[in-house]
Amino acid sequence: MERKTIDLEQGWDYMQKGITKLKKILRETHDEFMLRELEQRWITHKVMVRWLSRFFHYLPPLNGVGLTCFRDLVYMEVRANARKGVITLIDKEREGEQIDRSLLKNVVDMFVEMDKYEEDFEVQMLEDTANYYKSKATKWIEVDSCPDYMLKAEECLRRERERVTHYLHSSTEQKLVEKVQHELLVTHANQLLDGVRALLRDDKVEDLSRMYRLYQKIPKGLDPVENVFKQHITAEGTALVQQAEEASSLVRKFIELHDKYMTYVNDCFINHTLFHKALKEAFEVFCNKNVAGSSSAELLATFCDNILKKGGSDEAIEETLEKVVKLLAYISDKDLYAEFYRKKLARRLLFDRSANEDHEKCILTKLKQQCGGQFTSKMEGMVMDLTLARDNQMKFEEYLQDNTHVIDLSVTVLTTGFWPSYKSSDLNLPVEMVKCVEVFKEFYETKTKHRKLTWIYSLGTCHIIGKFEPKTIELVVSTYQAAALLLFNSADKLSYSEIMMQLNLTHEDVVRLLHSLSRAKYKILSKEPNTTTIWPNDTFEFNYKFTDKMRRIKIPLPPVDERKKVIEDVDKDRRYAIDAAIVRIMKSSKVLGHQQLVLECVQQLGRMFKPDIKAIKKRIEDLITRDYLERDQENPNTFKYLA
Amino acid sequence: MPRPKRKAAVPTRSSDADSSARPEPKKPRGNQFNRIDQLFESYVNKTLGLIDPEGIEALCNDVNVNHTDVRMLIFAWKMKAEKQGYFSKDEWRRGLKCLGADTRPKLKKAIEGLDKELKVPECFEDFYSYAFQYCLTEEKQRSVDIETICELLNIVLKSEFPNQVNLLVEYLKVGKQLFKLIYVQNDYRALNMDQWRSFYRFFKEVDFHDLENYDSSQAWTVIIDNFVEWLKEKEKN
Repeated sequence: MERKTIDLEQGWDYMQKGITKLKKILRETHDEFMLRELEQRWITHKVMVRWLSRFFHYLPPLNGVGLTCFRDLVYMEVRANARKGVITLIDKEREGEQIDRSLLKNVVDMFVEMDKYEEDFEVQMLEDTANYYKSKATKWIEVDSCPDYMLKAEECLRRERERVTHYLHSSTEQKLVEKVQHELLVTHANQLLDGVRALLRDDKVEDLSRMYRLYQKIPKGLDPVENVFKQHITAEGTALVQQAEEASSLVRKFIELHDKYMTYVNDCFINHTLFHKALKEAFEVFCNKNVAGSSSAELLATFCDNILKKGGSDEAIEETLEKVVKLLAYISDKDLYAEFYRKKLARRLLFDRSANEDHEKCILTKLKQQCGGQFTSKMEGMVMDLTLARDNQMKFEEYLQDNTHVIDLSVTVLTTGFWPSYKSSDLNLPVEMVKCVEVFKEFYETKTKHRKLTWIYSLGTCHIIGKFEPKTIELVVSTYQAAALLLFNSADKLSYSEIMMQLNLTHEDVVRLLHSLSRAKYKILSKEPNTTTIWPNDTFEFNYKFTDKMRRIKIPLPPVDERKKVIEDVDKDRRYAIDAAIVRIMKSSKVLGHQQLVLECVQQLGRMFKPDIKAIKKRIEDLITRDYLERDQENPNTFKYLA
Repeated sequence: MPRPKRKAAVPTRSSDADSSARPEPKKPRGNQFNRIDQLFESYVNKTLGLIDPEGIEALCNDVNVNHTDVRMLIFAWKMKAEKQGYFSKDEWRRGLKCLGADTRPKLKKAIEGLDKELKVPECFEDFYSYAFQYCLTEEKQRSVDIETICELLNIVLKSEFPNQVNLLVEYLKVGKQLFKLIYVQNDYRALNMDQWRSFYRFFKEVDFHDLENYDSSQAWTVIIDNFVEWLKEKEKN
């Protein structure tokens, strides 16, 4: 058999001729036609090289030579046009026209095989892409609303990614996407951010989600969005504070605001920590503003007090308490809240105003979880005292029976450390009560000899039978009020000073209680002169004619404004806390710079309150005087611990 | 120097009036000590074994320097005198040896020139702290009352920082009367050593015309912080 053979030289010659022909064709055609030709020739060339490799398999591989040949003779000349052609088609596709994707794929493949993909194609293609989207963005940003713009942006990005999978090299995806993002999202970020404000205002959840998706992929892209989010919440919260007329509705509004924006964080912003932080920081700003003279700590405590007095279904209460405790996390003066809460808890427990013991325990559990055991230990002690008091009362009643005393007295013994401090008064007890107290003292001695009882009459309640002319009415009053009323058993008319002397109370207390008995809703005593305010020259008389449709009435004695005392007590505790923190820190560091000391102090105490720098400085000075620390004479900004 | 407590008794002292006329040939050291001791004896309160306020008064007369003069305070510092108004024998010896004076004329000359001793900054710092220490008369006393502080400031710092001392004294005194004003020092009726030291440091380091650069987050004492606030308010008005 004759095999057709050709000379190497001849084969070479054929190839050259073919290439020259190709070049001619390529020079004379343009755009898509040119590309088609190119594609065709390229494919053919590859085939030829493959065949030649087979023919001349005994020679070193011809692939490289074949490629080099093509590159030197064809590629170098046509590459610019080829590139232009491809890019033009890409742009056409972007405009919505249908193009031949496989054509592009093959041509791109040529670039890759030539090992010139990046240099000769990609760079230009990316630049063209940038320009394309730059002009689109400029147009759209003027015309489109923020949501519409973002829809377009999202769609463009999707398409570009798709493009890569169909006919570009995979390594291009990252760079391409970055270019598009830059032109569409980064360049006009500021204008789009204005749009974010509107989206937040109008609750456009879906658009916000899209914004999140788009900006999440850009490094630091979410930072401005987060900022706008934070500002928006802060503004809304601050507006609530300024418009607040009264406290209880404000707390509820805070809760609603929090719920609303938490939903945004969870849904639109997919629980991203950045947005959790934004929410937290926003709340920390306005939750610490004063409202009509009260601190937010007090407002929150009052809110809790009202809920626990009113009661409700277990689920509703638990849910509300859960949210209230969450709000507490944003308040810096947590210790102030604790003290107000404790005072109100005391009144609830002692005057039997608490709706439900389980609810009381529920909130304490939540507070403990959030703020630690130390925060709630005293409160828990208070609740425990009440439980013990009930047992104790039973034993007391047994004792009374055993010893045939006829006394109607119930005593609640409080453990001093747990309860707020009350000043014990030197009230002159009515004779009827003196015996009761004595008997209880006897009883108590039988139980324990090591405790000292201090009687807090200001917290007691008394049931008095008022024998009024029209009808007898039972009066439920405080011990102070009872003591005052019982004075009228031995005198018809008493002057202010007589009352004060006999009761041995302060002016403040006397005025308060006389007001409640003579100028409030129920006028058990009549006053001369009949003015509204209690003056030291007033005289009082038992009002025989008093009557009411009820057979038993409660005459409240409004409590002294505890706010001032609470703030004083908390300030005092803070001084001790700061002292302790400073000593602790200095003890472990031995030598420490002022700034560092202050920083660590603030950090350690941050759980309960935000100490101000001046307060810390004063405590440092005090500790220097007390020889716990000294200032380093070489470096006056440094302190040394004195063991 | 704050007025030391007076005792009623009149001191007895030997007259040494004509020793100044005698020439002073060089004598061995033992004699020098003797002369120093003799001087001590000339002022001492025999019952106490110490020179008491009366004795100091007499000394002041002899050297012609008022007992409120800063040089008497410097003298006490040289002696490292512990108790205000009293000099012990050891302290006297220490002081006079330091001054190189063993006769009354030498002592007079030495005391007259004492204010030059403070030119060296380290010496001044030591003296400055001593001045405060010297006012702590009671056993466990750690602070000195504002009145005394103001006097002390005038004695010790006025020559170097006249303007600043005036302002600070004004602040301290005004504060005592009008403690209701927020930016005036409120609960300071007495100051401790640390605060005393901070005054000198403050005068040295801070330019009163450039208070904007004052940084209250640094370890300045609170009273200095308040003083600066007061100064700034004063500037405005």
